[in-house]
Amino acid sequence: MSLQQLTVSAPRVDLRTEPRPMRIVIIATALIFLTVFVVLPLAVVFAQAFSRGVSAYVAALSDPEALSAIRLTLLVATISVGSNLVFGVMAAWAIAKFDFSGKTFLITLVDLPFSVSPVISGLVFVLLFGAQGYFGPWLQGHDIHVLFAVPGITLATIFVTFPFVARALIPLMQEQGTQEEEAAISLGASGLQTFFRVTLPNIKWGLLYGVLLCNARAMGEFGAVSVVSGHIRGETNTMPLLVEILYNEYQFVSSFAIASLLAMLALVTLVAKTVLERRLDEGQLLRDD
Amino acid sequence: MTIELKHIVKKFGAFTALDGVDLKVADGELLALLGPSGSGKTTLLRIIAGLDWPDAGEVSFNGENALAQGAGERHVGFVFQHYALFRHMTVFENIAFGLRVQPRAIRKNEAGIRARVKELLDLVQLGWLSDRYPNQLSGGQRQRIALARALAIEPRILLLDEPFGALDAKVRKELRQWLRSLHSEISVTSIFVTHDQEEALEVANRVVVMDRGRIVQIGTPSEVYDNPATAFVHGFIGESIVLPVEVSQGCVRLGGRPLLDISADGAACGASKLFIRRHDMQVGPAGSGSLEGTVAHVRSFGPVQRAEVALCAGEGKTVIEIDAPRDRALQAGDLIGLQPRRYRIFAAQD
Amino acid sequence: MSATAGRRSTLPGFGLTMGLTLTWLSVIILIPLAGLFLKTFELSLDQFWGIVTSRRTLNALKISFGLSFAAALVNLVMGTVIVWALVRYRFPARRLFDAIVDIPFALPTAVAGVALSSLFAQQGWLGAPLAALGIKVAFTPIGIFIAMIFIGIPFVVRTVQPVLIDLDPEIEEAAASLGASRWHTVFRVILPSLIPALLTGFALAFARAIGEYGSVIFIAGNLPNVSEIAPLLIVIRLSEFRYADATAIAVVMLVASFLIIFAVNRLQRWAQTRIPTH
Repeated sequence: MSLQQLTVSAPRVDLRTEPRPMRIVIIATALIFLTVFVVLPLAVVFAQAFSRGVSAYVAALSDPEALSAIRLTLLVATISVGSNLVFGVMAAWAIAKFDFSGKTFLITLVDLPFSVSPVISGLVFVLLFGAQGYFGPWLQGHDIHVLFAVPGITLATIFVTFPFVARALIPLMQEQGTQEEEAAISLGASGLQTFFRVTLPNIKWGLLYGVLLCNARAMGEFGAVSVVSGHIRGETNTMPLLVEILYNEYQFVSSFAIASLLAMLALVTLVAKTVLERRLDEGQLLRDD
Repeated sequence: MTIELKHIVKKFGAFTALDGVDLKVADGELLALLGPSGSGKTTLLRIIAGLDWPDAGEVSFNGENALAQGAGERHVGFVFQHYALFRHMTVFENIAFGLRVQPRAIRKNEAGIRARVKELLDLVQLGWLSDRYPNQLSGGQRQRIALARALAIEPRILLLDEPFGALDAKVRKELRQWLRSLHSEISVTSIFVTHDQEEALEVANRVVVMDRGRIVQIGTPSEVYDNPATAFVHGFIGESIVLPVEVSQGCVRLGGRPLLDISADGAACGASKLFIRRHDMQVGPAGSGSLEGTVAHVRSFGPVQRAEVALCAGEGKTVIEIDAPRDRALQAGDLIGLQPRRYRIFAAQD
Repeated sequence: MSATAGRRSTLPGFGLTMGLTLTWLSVIILIPLAGLFLKTFELSLDQFWGIVTSRRTLNALKISFGLSFAAALVNLVMGTVIVWALVRYRFPARRLFDAIVDIPFALPTAVAGVALSSLFAQQGWLGAPLAALGIKVAFTPIGIFIAMIFIGIPFVVRTVQPVLIDLDPEIEEAAASLGASRWHTVFRVILPSLIPALLTGFALAFARAIGEYGSVIFIAGNLPNVSEIAPLLIVIRLSEFRYADATAIAVVMLVASFLIIFAVNRLQRWAQTRIPTH
């Protein structure tokens, strides 16, 4: 790749661009900024994880505490993504396919968790289920553990990942309209047949997109989970929480080894997201012609 | 299958889409619902299909209450304006859809479904497209596949919403003839919606003209063309010359001057509109007809010459367009007499 | 709610899906948030005021809001530069850098936190040279500022990018053909039409930084009154079982972020009326 690519090769004056030195300054500024603030932090994760070699890395990941954190993270993510998948599809069906008053308000409510600090997302469940919370005494009386246990972690995760699937589907389904569903109904299909044979195939990429982002957030959530988890070693530590604990104990290789798994999850999610966005754009093109 | 609609009312918020519509459709008819956009014709079609529900009124098929049934139970084939083909299914699967979703008890086996789909593909003459996806088809092909899909369930009624609306002029013409011959072949009661009067007159056995949520005229194509019931119908169907006239004491006046040989029979007194078809204006020498004017501009094409004529009546500012046969050459500047062969007078309010 | 009272709508399932949606929404979002506000009402106004205006709380709020605002400003400027480079120029690895912009969205905050902390620590890749210059980043307010910049990057870029792409090239050509200098065209013609998107991106980055916890606490030092952010103070109060204090701080932050979201919505409506979509 040569520097020539930086410039417009045609001799004709392009009215829509800046002089070459200006262009180079702008590109350099953007790239340096992104490198310092994004690329280096990402690189440091892997550099630290492998700073004592591959065997130390593998050992860190095969530690029972690490394995338990991985298991818990997968469990919590599965439940959260599953429930928000079902909710998201139903919400999108009701919101996108029907007209009713208060629709904008409902969408705002669905979006709400995006504007709530993760710490507050955890706090609300402490206030409900904690020892001094509204349901705390009753739960204690019945020996049910929500807070500092898996149910609390799952609830907080569902809260922070609540909007992802619905948000990915609502605009897509609104744009697709109801004509294909009406056609299916008038051809004698039942509601479920219509959904599974007509609606679902049309929204599958959008659905996957929502699930992907929902999953990434569910596995990576730190603030909300940190508040409700209680940090019980080997029991209520998810991967992000274990990263924190090990880091604070100066076990950098172990901490960054787990962090590197989460970073890889983020990278895979990004790649898949890019591919899906391209798919969705293509879908849009097909509809437009 | 006969269809009977009684006093159908449908409102969308403050907008009244249908304002008391009564209509009877005979078995095997090919009926056109004709009207400008916003006249309620598509809403009416959707109500018959069960895709919309009236606020008041009755819908019955063969005397049975259809409103008790959902869209899927009515056995109505509906062809959507934009086809609404299932974009993720092949042409074959699109047509087979209605057969595949039938309850297991009456569902055909795979071979039966294949045979039926093939039959329909042959009917619409598109068998070679069976493995294509909708986005690989032309507009006219999509239209015919949508029709085949609707026919797959052996509908008792076929409803088509602007069936040719999204097609270019040449394809429209072809498909019109094709639809008419298809209808005579399968002879299922059919209703189609259109805003194109030519389409309605050419294809349908009977035309229902709608305006602002009401039916304004029902009749055969020649009835609505030759005897428009209202000023709206006259203006909407065929190209008309409209002159603002005054009717008083059995006399029709344009700009204060009485028009000779134009009878005010049956017309109410007061401000009125005189409607004349362009080709119903007979050209003669100056002083020979009820109207007189100066030819301003002539264009000749096809069987007629189209002339812009500035009328002498009134303030002399009224310019009309007439179609005259080409045997008598007109030239700009000619002073000519005009005699309507046929005309209609409607009250101005109408 | 559906088509007509007493009659069916064509598509089935409205009642079922709407009912379950509202139920799930209430259980997960509305009841817990309502609990937060109910808890606040258990406090008298004096108590509430006392908590919120105590020195430590006030400092934490100042640090959170002040540094978030500053970081969002940096993101506003740098985000514009990045969008400009990504949209207007062709250079090697452009698509890669375009994808990289999303990393702060995708990277779990705890990972970002330990990474930034390690990067800017005194022996870190960037911390060491900065320390040589006498600048200490990690465990100071500057560290908080850096982390807040990190998590805010995608907001400005991703809100402005589509608008700049869709900008009608004829506007610029018209300005240029009328004799405007490039400088003039950019600052008087292009940037003004990006203002709604820029402000939206700024507000989103600002809101996100206020609530941010994971990526900040590792690098912050967390010294009360100096480098302690409001979300951390909530966590500390909770661990001390001072629920009332935690709740009061949370309500202040929540109201602030609702106000920002409200402003964003108004902004977008304003942008829509100002620049009609085709």
